[in-house]
Parts: sequence; C-alpha cells; structure tokens
Amino acid sequence: MSNLTFGLTLLIVGMGGTLLTLWLLTLLIRGLTTLLPPPPPEAPAPAPKP
Amino acid sequence: MLDAILAGLQGLSEGIRNTEGASLIMLAIAGMMFYLAVAKDVEPLLLLPIGFGCLLANLPLSELMHPGGVLKTMYDFGIGNELFPLLIFVGIGSMTDFTPLLANPKLLLFGAAGQLGIFATLLLALALGFSKESAVAVATIGACDGPTVIYVSNLFAGLGKIDTSMVGALDDAAYSYMALVPIIQPPIMRMLTTEKERAVKMPPVSGKVSKAALIAFPLVVTVVTGLIAPKGLPLMGMIMLGNFMKVSGAVPRLAQASENEIANIATLFLGLAIGGTMVGHNFLSVKTLMVFGLGLFAIIVDTVGGVLLGKLWYVLSGGKMNPLIGAAGISAYPMAARLVQTEGQRWNKQNFLLMHAMGANTGGQIGSVMAAAIMLSVLKGLGLI
Repeated sequence: MSNLTFGLTLLIVGMGGTLLTLWLLTLLIRGLTTLLPPPPPEAPAPAPKP
Repeated sequence: MLDAILAGLQGLSEGIRNTEGASLIMLAIAGMMFYLAVAKDVEPLLLLPIGFGCLLANLPLSELMHPGGVLKTMYDFGIGNELFPLLIFVGIGSMTDFTPLLANPKLLLFGAAGQLGIFATLLLALALGFSKESAVAVATIGACDGPTVIYVSNLFAGLGKIDTSMVGALDDAAYSYMALVPIIQPPIMRMLTTEKERAVKMPPVSGKVSKAALIAFPLVVTVVTGLIAPKGLPLMGMIMLGNFMKVSGAVPRLAQASENEIANIATLFLGLAIGGTMVGHNFLSVKTLMVFGLGLFAIIVDTVGGVLLGKLWYVLSGGKMNPLIGAAGISAYPMAARLVQTEGQRWNKQNFLLMHAMGANTGGQIGSVMAAAIMLSVLKGLGLI
C-alpha cells in the first residue's frame, strides 16, 4: 500500500470514525440523561402559620 | 605512592575529561526545563522529573540508563510495557468531572475537531518520508496526551515497527508540548477569531445531571468504544475505571489513591524514565528535530480545527456560541479549559466560559483516546500490527 493511500485511508476512516463515535456518544449521553433524569427539586417547606 | 595518588586523581577527573558537546547541550536543555518548572511554574509535575532524568542520563559516564541502572529499570518496569501511562489514565479518570459534558453533550463534537492535528500530521509525516508506523506514532502527539503517545510509541517499538531511539523523542515532544499549550494556543485563538466573537457571552451550564447518569456514563463509554476500537480499550478502559470509582462513591479510598498516590508515583517514575531517554548522542538528531516540528504542527492544527468548528457553530447558532470554546477540544485537561476562560474574560469581563470549556475539554480527552484507538484498530485491520 502506498503512503498516500495509507494516509488517506487513516484520514477518512480515522477522522470519520472518531467523529462518528463521538456523535454516537452524544446520542447515548442524551439517552442516558433522559432515562436517568435528576430528581425534581424539593418543594420548599410551607411557611409556619402565625 | 605518587603514581597511585595520580591514578586516583585521574579517576576523579574522568567525568570531566569525558564531557562531550552533546551532553552539555542536553544539560542546558535540562536546565531550561528546571527554569520553566521552578521559576515559571510551567507544568512542574512533568518538567521537573523529566529534566532531572535528562540531567542524570547526560552526566558524563552516567550508567543510569545502562542495563541494571535505576532509570533503565524504571523504563523497563513501567514504560516499556505501557504500565505507567495506563496507571496515570486511572488517575486522570478519577480527577475528571464529566458533569459539564453530560449537561451539554454537543460539546463532545469539539473533542473530534480537536483531533484534526493528528490526521494532518500523519499526512505530513508520510510526505516527509517517515515510515507508516513512525508517522502514526508522531501523529499521536496531536492527541495532546502524553500517556497516549507513550502507549502507542512503545507498542510499535515492542513490535519492532519503530526504532526504540525514537520513542524518547516522541515522549519528550508530547510532554513538552502539553506543557507549552498555554503559550501555543492563545495566539492562534486570537488570530482566528474577531473581538466580537471572543466576547460572546454564554449562558450558564445548568449542571443538573443525575448521579445515576454519571455512574452509567463510564460504563457505556467503555462498552461502546471497546466494541468499536478494541485496540484502544486499555486506554479508554483505564480512564473510565478511574471515573467509575470516583462517581460511584463505593470505593472512595481507591478513587483517592488513584487520583493522588498512584498518579503521583507513576508521574514521578514516568518523568524520570522519559528524561533518561534523552541521551545526547541519540536525542540530538535531525529526526528528533522533525518529530518536535511535527508535534508543534499537530497541536497548532488541533487548535485551528477546534476554533474553526467553534466559528461554524457561532454562525449556525446565530452568534450564541463563543468560538474560543473550540480550542478546549484537546486533551490537555484542565489547562485548555482554563485558557479559554482566561482568554474569554480578557475580552468580556462578565463572561464565564469555564464550564462550557470543561465540557469541550473532557470531550477532547475522550476524542484523543478514541482517535488513537481507532488508528490502532485500523492498523490492525490493515494487517500492519
């Protein structure tokens, strides 16, 4: 394999693969944060009656 | 009697008589590292032990890097088999807070743009006549991630794919440029952005992420990236192990040990052993100069890639994204994020970019390891390793 073919292969598969994997991870993170949302904030305690 | 005294004195002066020009240059380089570490506070944790290893290895008649020497033993024990970089990765995982990234996962894409330098450098190194494996090893300097460079270069050296004398130059270049990120990045950030863009005020990151999501994240990343690029599993797996120990809260002693004692000991031994590889007659060569030149090119292109994606995002978001954040899409954590914060505040005192930049920076950590892992897996697919 020539150096040019090798370089272009790594550029396309490597950079493309990195970009695609990170994009896939962004989708998975979105899924995670949707499936496992933070607990709702606690309602403030009612003010004591005078 | 006089002869014996003279012979004894000759023994004492042997070191001075054997001083070579190359050793003196290396001692001057060690001195420069001490100056940066001690007087300028530039990455002292790295530069001080590397400089001292360099000093020890280059004193005339030094046997510390000979078989059985203490530096050579450290090298064989923890660098030749890639153990120290992986231990440091466990510590890095324990120190890393992925909350800003989980709060705004789009920032992970900066971690991809920040790896552009790796692939541009690969092409340039091939054009300059480096072998395929050497070119890949040099390109990993663009990961801006010392442990990754050590891991890849030693893997290739162990397989006989690159000359072992090149490993020292690669590791030194990687760590030197990690230390010099605060000097390299700001001029590029200013050159590529307008004053208006740099002053864009970002809304605060909500930061609301459940503990369950934080715990699941390292497991998901390990499985997904391990399936896609198994050759990089030791790198990603160790980072995520450290992070899992931290966020789970189940093993605080192990997490603290990883973050402190283990990372500190590994950093000390790794720095000394890397410094030990900087022996003048091997180190001072045209190839080393080319490795350093290519490393600088890689980090410049990384920064350009990140900032250009930031500018594109600025346009697409109608001016809501500060493009400086793109510069944090490299692996130097948290240095790159702090630089973005400092630079942003220089142009708008009310701007707090740190949390956004931390998200991009942690994305850069994942991106750099992922890029190296993918390259290794592609090389395996091509039958080269």
